Amino acid sequence: MTDNTRTKGKAPTPKAASPNAKRTKSAERTVAEGDRNLKFYRDMMLIRRFEERAARGYTEALIGGYCHLNLGEEAAVVGLMCALRETDYLFTNYREHGYAIMRSIDPNRVMAELYGRVDGVSKGWGGSMHMFDLTHRLLGGYGIVGGQVPLATGAALAIDYRGGDEIVMCTMGDGTANVGAFHESLNLAALWNLPIAYVIINNRLGMGTTVEKASAEPELYKRGAAYRIASERVDGLDPILVAEAATRAVASARAGKPYLLEVVTERLRGHSVVDPAKYRSAEEVALVKELDPVHTFASRLVAEGLLDEQGLARIDEEATARANEAHAFAEASAQPDPSTLFDYNYATPVANDSRRLPGEPLFEPAPRPVPEVDE
Amino acid sequence: MSIMTYRQALHDTLRAEMLRDENVFLIGEEIGVFEGSYKITAGLLAEFGERRVRDTPIAEEGFTGAAIGAAMLGLRPVVEIMTINFSLLALDQIVNHAAKIYGMFGGQAKVPLVIRTPGGGGQQLGATHSQNIELYYAFVPGMKVVAPSTPADAKALLLAAIRDDDPVLFLENLALYNTKGEVPDDDTPAPIGKAAVTRAGRDITLIGYSRMAYVASKVAEELAESDGLDIEVIDLRSLRPLDRETLIASVKKTHAAVVLEDDWLTYGIGAEIAASISDGAFDYLDAPVRRVAMAEVPMPYTKVLETAALPSNDDVVNAIYQTLDAVGQRRQKVGQGHD
Repeated sequence: MTDNTRTKGKAPTPKAASPNAKRTKSAERTVAEGDRNLKFYRDMMLIRRFEERAARGYTEALIGGYCHLNLGEEAAVVGLMCALRETDYLFTNYREHGYAIMRSIDPNRVMAELYGRVDGVSKGWGGSMHMFDLTHRLLGGYGIVGGQVPLATGAALAIDYRGGDEIVMCTMGDGTANVGAFHESLNLAALWNLPIAYVIINNRLGMGTTVEKASAEPELYKRGAAYRIASERVDGLDPILVAEAATRAVASARAGKPYLLEVVTERLRGHSVVDPAKYRSAEEVALVKELDPVHTFASRLVAEGLLDEQGLARIDEEATARANEAHAFAEASAQPDPSTLFDYNYATPVANDSRRLPGEPLFEPAPRPVPEVDE
Repeated sequence: MSIMTYRQALHDTLRAEMLRDENVFLIGEEIGVFEGSYKITAGLLAEFGERRVRDTPIAEEGFTGAAIGAAMLGLRPVVEIMTINFSLLALDQIVNHAAKIYGMFGGQAKVPLVIRTPGGGGQQLGATHSQNIELYYAFVPGMKVVAPSTPADAKALLLAAIRDDDPVLFLENLALYNTKGEVPDDDTPAPIGKAAVTRAGRDITLIGYSRMAYVASKVAEELAESDGLDIEVIDLRSLRPLDRETLIASVKKTHAAVVLEDDWLTYGIGAEIAASISDGAFDYLDAPVRRVAMAEVPMPYTKVLETAALPSNDDVVNAIYQTLDAVGQRRQKVGQGHD
């Protein structure tokens, strides 16, 4: 699991937590594990094909604004999400399409949100960066780096206040580890023993800035030590390792001990769909491609006899069909009516709430000046 | 009806709401063991315990954001930010999160949050501790901003803020904490988004909020007694939403207005009021709308300079007479008055 060739010494992977060494022999694998791994693969492929369809939707001008994809992070997403109960809460950042789908939100509604339609998870108000679904306890993708971290901490505070047994998982990018809100939140969570698992998805690039250039301590999980928060780093290209680590993190959180998990992964493409990532060398691009978690996991499942070429093709076809269905659904979903512009001004109606359109005057236009000053 | 200070009205209301609703809890710096920098929360830790009265480290962004997150799950946090100056450290959480969450997610999550914080200069606290920056929040759709000037409104608007499902910035003022007034015994919330005509009059409209609404009332009473002036006083009470109708109705009656504000003049709350009056009562004005506002400097520490920077009662009196002079000249020129 510690793939040091991959990180080329830039981001050393941890020596700790490598229980997989015992369990690589397929002969020992249980049926349940096999089923789980197949599900991991199907989910990873679904995210892959969904994101590729989203990228295409962007080039087709069906999606506007920013669009950050989980390509390369599929193993991290499925591994993390499988550790949560349905009743647990997830706060995440703006690279969250895959998380939404893995929280069992209908991919149709995720794509409809990207297309800005009424059936979108946030009814077209949020877009790529701001997916939200209370039913599935996705409490938001957030566009401000670090913005979700205090919120997630407060959600954990609310659980603790009520004595609930849910936990909060809060994912973030590597750049977030340098934001003040991250440090303030970890400190609060540790002081108050909150049921929260913080997860840094370290894809080794904050936009075009490497972790080494941005973080004086590039082994980001070590930041937990400053707050006496247990932490570890895991290879984010392996869904099984991620799932095991996430399970440890979630168990700790459920016991009232916040946890910091660093998941080292890769970003297959640019920061967003419009970023050609010219700051990456040809060698790096080639290496990242070689490490593609969907391909490597497929090879592994084939090698272990869980899948053959036909099985791979079938899973791919299903994922592609699902992504295409999401596109068709989203495209057919209605655009919001402009008359709904003020529907979400306030949760509690209030006097003098402004519902003025840009060209409208505040008051009826003044009458033409006539000399009758007196009434 | 009881006579009490603005401070006592806040304290008693917080306590009553905590007794009424288990979901209401207090969070902020020094509110528990220290009993609050301005003692609004005195005695509440002893009565309710650490779960309901949560002392925090000095981390405005962290604890304000945590309160927002707790509100998203249905609790009703009342945050105390020691002074409004420190709210700048939580600006991202308030503006980018509290104010956005309801709309940005298509109405799926409410944020029933109150941020109590005092503004105000005049205490020799220097440049970073004497600001009135409520405008920053009043500017933002999704926020509600209220600014009571009397003990009665402190109670009624705090009741409204706590029971409201939106984030409310509740502006207090250092100079008002010890002011006294009648407070009704019943717990009827005041409507957010409504100004109050606190004194009816015909000669000129005087508009203020928070401390300057208090000053407006005092000046109006003094000038009624000394000069027989009949001044109409409007206390805005709510900065967002802004009750323009009440302002316009008054100016249509008095034909002149002076706006009092403790913030800086350029781009300030008074600018919005003056523009609104221009929009809604242009043809009724007999003089330009006059603004009395703080001098545009970082607040000096030394008393002489601090006093010079803050609007005084004399400044208000002068602005009223200069405006009335302009009204008189204009009416003379036209040859008749309005009434």
